[in-house]
Amino acid sequence: MKKKIISLLLALAMALSLVACGGGSSKPAADASTGGEAATAEGKIINIYVWNQEFQGLFNTYYPGVERDADGNAKTSKDLTVTYLSDGTEVHWTINANQDGVYQQKLDEALANQGSAADDDKVDLFLVEADYALKYTDADVDVAVPLSELGITADDLSAQYKYTQDVVTDANGEIRGTSWQATPGLFAYRRSIAKDVFGTDDPDAIQELLSDWTKFDDAANKLKEKGYYALCSVADTYRVFGNNVSAPWVNGNDVIVDQSLMDWVEQCKRYTDEGLNHKVGGQFTDEWNSDQGADSKVFGFFYSTWGINFTLKGNAGEEGFGDWAVCRGPMPFFWGGSWLIAARGTDNAEHLKDIMLSMTADPEILTTITLETQDFTNNEEAMNSIAADPDYKSDFLAGQNHVALFAEAAPSIDMSNVSPYDQGCCECFQNAFTDYFNGQVDFDTAKANFELKIKERYPELANGNVVWPEG
Amino acid sequence: MKKKQKSVSYAKWGYIFIAPFFITFFIFSCIPLVDTIRNSFYEYYNSGLKVIGPNWVGFQNYLALAASDLPKYMWNTFVMWILGFVPQIVVALVLAAWFTDERMRIHGRQFFKVVIYLPNLIMASAFAMLFFTLFSNGGPVNSILVNAGIVSEPIRFFETTFGTRAIVALMNFMMWFGNTTIMLMAAIAGINPSLFEAAQLDGCTHSQMFFKITLPLIKPILSYTMITSLIGGLQMFDVPQILTNGQGGPNRTTMTLIMLLNSHLKSKNYGMAGALSVYLFIISGILCFFVYRMMMDDGSKPKKAKKGAKA
Repeated sequence: MKKKIISLLLALAMALSLVACGGGSSKPAADASTGGEAATAEGKIINIYVWNQEFQGLFNTYYPGVERDADGNAKTSKDLTVTYLSDGTEVHWTINANQDGVYQQKLDEALANQGSAADDDKVDLFLVEADYALKYTDADVDVAVPLSELGITADDLSAQYKYTQDVVTDANGEIRGTSWQATPGLFAYRRSIAKDVFGTDDPDAIQELLSDWTKFDDAANKLKEKGYYALCSVADTYRVFGNNVSAPWVNGNDVIVDQSLMDWVEQCKRYTDEGLNHKVGGQFTDEWNSDQGADSKVFGFFYSTWGINFTLKGNAGEEGFGDWAVCRGPMPFFWGGSWLIAARGTDNAEHLKDIMLSMTADPEILTTITLETQDFTNNEEAMNSIAADPDYKSDFLAGQNHVALFAEAAPSIDMSNVSPYDQGCCECFQNAFTDYFNGQVDFDTAKANFELKIKERYPELANGNVVWPEG
Repeated sequence: MKKKQKSVSYAKWGYIFIAPFFITFFIFSCIPLVDTIRNSFYEYYNSGLKVIGPNWVGFQNYLALAASDLPKYMWNTFVMWILGFVPQIVVALVLAAWFTDERMRIHGRQFFKVVIYLPNLIMASAFAMLFFTLFSNGGPVNSILVNAGIVSEPIRFFETTFGTRAIVALMNFMMWFGNTTIMLMAAIAGINPSLFEAAQLDGCTHSQMFFKITLPLIKPILSYTMITSLIGGLQMFDVPQILTNGQGGPNRTTMTLIMLLNSHLKSKNYGMAGALSVYLFIISGILCFFVYRMMMDDGSKPKKAKKGAKA
């Protein structure tokens, strides 16, 4: 008898464990909303996919639709994953780190399930970077809703920098995304080191010393004599050279390596061998971050707009506050940028239209963002007027008006050479040649490794050639 | 009284009890297995968000893989496995011999058993993150070495092939030697104590006892340990993946077979990944064949005994 009971219990337990695996669909609490006026046919939940907290922070602080308490703080859930709008709609944030392609993997999965997901689980809005924007704005794939379908016209966006629209325009001329920022790059340097080595920290004088790569080399050698490093990681100059290419990465099935990138390789090898850089591997690592702190021996970093007010300021800490300045550097370049894209299948088209217009096209909001966060926003007029304002200055940069430098550089940004393969090519190229810089492999092996990696990453290129520049 | 009825229903219950395994095995193992093999004959991947294929390509994926550096990654996997396995088995043997030695009477055996097993409880990826930080250029290991004056400049562990491989091996060693120790202790405990007593009476030394009695008698367990570790080593992935950020650097010398598989899956290249899996399947199959042979050789006696027990 006893045995029978035990066996029955065991069988039950086993059956239960099987059933338990099958169920478990999680449904977010949709009944929390109190109902408002705007959300009639609209869904109650807006799902936003993003890779860091940058946009989330801006949204919570500056989007007018967010419900706020008396102090103006946004009403959010405790873990910040939900922001409540005043009309009762909830904004759900799904944040996946960019590293190793995780963000895109999760996003692709979610987009593939868009057809079968419940309305409130569908992706409504997602963010992309320039490196892979083309993957999502492709007209054939059609995961991005053209702005015209949302009711946003070209007039609404007329003040934006042209290139920010070019990047997300598909083959048929439809704009499928919009950005709140333009991202020209500058060279950010430590004032204290500049004074020690060059006797001045004046941005114009320093710019004069760094205005082309030959001068930059001389300056780097002077820095070395005093025990400093001109640069931190080889990856720091990649964007500067990589943006000045003469053709896109891929032509048909062939991968074209530009001469500008080979110049990068040559310079990095020299800097690494001669001890002109700090030999830090990669970017956004602990070592790289701490090299931007007050005790570091590294002179400067190539950074674009968001890098200065968001990353560098954070890494510099209190001690480094006010010890930084920016200048144009040897070559114009841009880096990064984030675009908002409405996902096909969204049930919140009205909200998305409002979010996009407020966050990327409202001159007042954009001006406020620039004044308060020092980010460089996507409105040419507003930026030019701040640039011309003699009273505007950044305390972090010890009173410099960096917006003036950005405003000068932004109109000349040319993104016509971006391709859907940029992210993979950029990663594979840097990884393959890092071994060469570190003396682990010779030049030809590094080239062969790049060819191998790129064909592994993009099977569609496996039958093509990798074309290296002559010489 | 009702003996006959009961034996009939026992048989039925037997099938019912094993049914869940077969059902789950069929759904979660058999179908994916067949699907993997089927996919390996197709060109089937994602280009951006566009799906290419599936187009039948026959053995093209297999040929492409064989023509690439597959042997190199096999070699990497093997080197990192053996670098970790040799110290693992040596240390485990020594520890197991000490812990089971009646004459040494080590205190707190239970405590040490737990402590040496602990690293195995940490998630491998978390462990790898920890080691990545420990051994990074500005990490604590380098700070200690530099401050103690042992080296003048930080050692760049992850920029040399040996450094990276050695760290991977060290981690594998740390994670598995406790497990092996406990297994070997069980094996040694199973040896008839009168053998040791008799040897002691005859004036046998410690080392003689270890090499002439213990080692030969735990040979079956040793070979079992080796084979399971070999198959585990073949699937080495999380430690080098996290440690080298998925790059298998430097110069792809720490790239293991499963890391290669993973890099093909980035573009959802089911064809290539399928072909690679089939290769792995064949290699594991060959290894299993050797295990089977070994077990048959060693276990001819126990098998007969089992038959006897049944009857």
